[in-house]
Amino acid sequence: MAGSIKDRVAIIGMGCTKFGERWDTSASDLMVEAFKECIEDARIEKKDIEAAWSGTCFQESGFSAMPLGQALKLPFLPVTRVENFCATGSEALRGASYAVASGVYDIALAVGVEKLKDWGYGGLPGMIDQAIAGQRFGTGVTPYQSAPGLFAMMATRYFAKYGISPEEGKKIIGMVSVKSHHNGTLNPKAHLQREVTIDQVMKAPIIAWPLGLFDCCGVSDGGAAAIVVRADMAKKFRPDPVYIKALQIAVSSGEESIYTDYDYAHVETGYRAGMRAFQEAGVKNPREEISMAELHDCFSITETVSYEDLGFSSRGKAKDDILAGRFNLDGEQPVQPDGGLKCFGHPIGASGLRMMYEMYKQLQGKAGPRQIKNPKMGLTHNMGGYPAGNVISVLIVGL
Amino acid sequence: VANYDEDALTMAVASAMNCLEGFDRGKVDALYFATTTAPYAERQNAGMIATALDLRADIQTADFTGSTKAGTTALLSAYNAVGAGSAKSVLVCTSDCRLGKPGSSQEMICGDGAAAFLLGDDGVAASLGGSYSVSYDFADHQRVGDDKYDRSWEDRWIRDAGYSKFIPEAVSGLLKKCNLSPKDIAKVCYPCLYARDHANMGRKLGFDPAQIQDHMLTAVGYTGTPNALMMLAAALEDAKPGDRILAASYGNGSDAIFFQVTDEIERAKNKRGIKEYLSSKKPLSNYEKYLHFRDMIPVEESPRTELSPTWISTQWREHKWIVGFVGSRCKRCGTPQYPGQRVCVKPDCGAIDEMEDYRFSDKKGRLFTYTGDNLGTCPDLPGVYGMVDFEGGGRALLDVTDCNLDELKVDMPVEMSFRRKYYDKQRGVYSYWWKAVPLKQ
Repeated sequence: MAGSIKDRVAIIGMGCTKFGERWDTSASDLMVEAFKECIEDARIEKKDIEAAWSGTCFQESGFSAMPLGQALKLPFLPVTRVENFCATGSEALRGASYAVASGVYDIALAVGVEKLKDWGYGGLPGMIDQAIAGQRFGTGVTPYQSAPGLFAMMATRYFAKYGISPEEGKKIIGMVSVKSHHNGTLNPKAHLQREVTIDQVMKAPIIAWPLGLFDCCGVSDGGAAAIVVRADMAKKFRPDPVYIKALQIAVSSGEESIYTDYDYAHVETGYRAGMRAFQEAGVKNPREEISMAELHDCFSITETVSYEDLGFSSRGKAKDDILAGRFNLDGEQPVQPDGGLKCFGHPIGASGLRMMYEMYKQLQGKAGPRQIKNPKMGLTHNMGGYPAGNVISVLIVGL
Repeated sequence: VANYDEDALTMAVASAMNCLEGFDRGKVDALYFATTTAPYAERQNAGMIATALDLRADIQTADFTGSTKAGTTALLSAYNAVGAGSAKSVLVCTSDCRLGKPGSSQEMICGDGAAAFLLGDDGVAASLGGSYSVSYDFADHQRVGDDKYDRSWEDRWIRDAGYSKFIPEAVSGLLKKCNLSPKDIAKVCYPCLYARDHANMGRKLGFDPAQIQDHMLTAVGYTGTPNALMMLAAALEDAKPGDRILAASYGNGSDAIFFQVTDEIERAKNKRGIKEYLSSKKPLSNYEKYLHFRDMIPVEESPRTELSPTWISTQWREHKWIVGFVGSRCKRCGTPQYPGQRVCVKPDCGAIDEMEDYRFSDKKGRLFTYTGDNLGTCPDLPGVYGMVDFEGGGRALLDVTDCNLDELKVDMPVEMSFRRKYYDKQRGVYSYWWKAVPLKQ
């Protein structure tokens, strides 16, 4: 890479709605709610914003860039709608950041929002079919795959690859959810704020074998927003801006789903995006240098393999770190301090910016009862699609 | 009964795949499909079977239907085509998935089945020696327009005025025409609608009980169009060179045909056949599930899995990979890939537009990973699917059928089976695709 985004852009304001089943709010309401907090936090006025990026994944939430422009009454600004599955919110931030880094704009807005609870059922609308590389659109004949099922296949293979019995495996990934449920109780904006025991997790109804109810994240409504500015002007707005160190995405090439090298026990794009992000941020040892992270725990198995993809744990060894409590809030490398997708919830287009909101607050020392001691660098990781065909974003921020 | 994802068309493909093992499919010149329960009233079912089998496009295809004797009629037509020299080899598929109204005697006696025969003039395992047909407009049952179920007249009348008359007339007509007597026949095959009368009919015709082929009424049921030919297939499995086997159908008359078994029979026995298919059955103990399988009761369906509209033009554009299960193989690096690609998927190859067709339907594979999904629409939850790695290369995400989740293991061997994927009621489209079936280990 010839260039790097490192320390060229800073976040000076963020907002995030309460996530959950927001029966009384529309997508527009969620945009306004996140924007209002964001702009107050940034201490700027709407007229200072020069361009905006709007992230929504499902078309019911978004109709080009107009819903954002019209909800916020942005004064004829250049607004771009982006969509990249669950990395949509991170993609919005990436667009705004590159625009500022290019020198064309000084101040840009990124908003991610999703209104999932108007579908009439739990889970996501059936669009996963389209994520499968090489298996073409609109034929309707491929297996009906729920998101839990697609990720359950990774648990099946992960357990087989490392010689873990289903019972033992369910316990290991179950501990991941127990940890996130605890963190969720400390977060008033989280969708789910209740402790669960490993026994409850293990005995919960099976959604897609071997994943049970508590292996799956919440399906929520929510929105989040960020204001980014040129790094050299950031301190004019506030004393504690958060600097962007890396913005990377990786998209499946199709080989995972139709070529036979992929082991279905890791996520190749996660590894690739992570390596690029570490290079961009100058991180040599992610296990030691990344203070905290929000990983894409759509399912407990996803978080488990992501520890390994990102070098927090070595291959096949996530088990040891999980059982040792390394990723707990009081552990050496806290992950999902805000409860994660598991408990904060997962409105698709908002999730990337929600993760960034937690890293931002933690770095500023404003995370209340969840505050991690003296964090230096935080990482966010989104994964959209399924293990053999997906888009991954890895973003790193720091002081 | 057939599984929820099977119908007359898929079973015809299964029997044809079994029949064609060891033959060059490129040499099949015609395909005749005989059934009374075709999924499509208009849109040729034989054409879809030919595509599923990856046969050539420059062949004759035809549906034979309207009577349960259509199977033997299709076979005779194929014989005539070969005899006349208009085709070197003709594939005849017969199949039925006959639906009995809940509580009816049809529900009690009907079973689902299929049989396929390849007719040709080279390497013949059983030589067709002659035939005798009778045709009567005998309305023992009929179905019109939108009828879902047959309407039948009184059984005693069917038995006395039709069943017990037409088959004997065709069989004795054939024996007389070919100058044979019952003792010249090793096995005689004819459908069983009524067990006692089946036995009586054979005795009256002069056959010993040992000469009468097992009718499978208790093991499978009365299968309609393929019935006589399934019995013929079973008889051939046990036949010796020199045996004469006679098969007669029933339905608006009867066709009786006799075959002389040749030395080639041993080669043809190397198939799955009736015995192996019967041994692969699984108990279905829940009647409500059966009613759901056949769409006879309304059930709650998850809105999560509502179908998007079927795009007919897309299905046509992609018919080779959907129906034919044909992918591509890179001519530069040899990597098979499904569905067919234009840019080679092997990371260090990168060839563009250097592909050739590659058939996956006859390749075995292993179940690389799997799940059982409780959120789907599958009438037999959990919906089981997984990643299949094919022998020789290639990988696909496929439904896994004819199995229970707890029997599955990572890396177990599977084979491909053509199955009904969905019925788009609003648009009148049946869609089909291939699924993986675990192989016995």
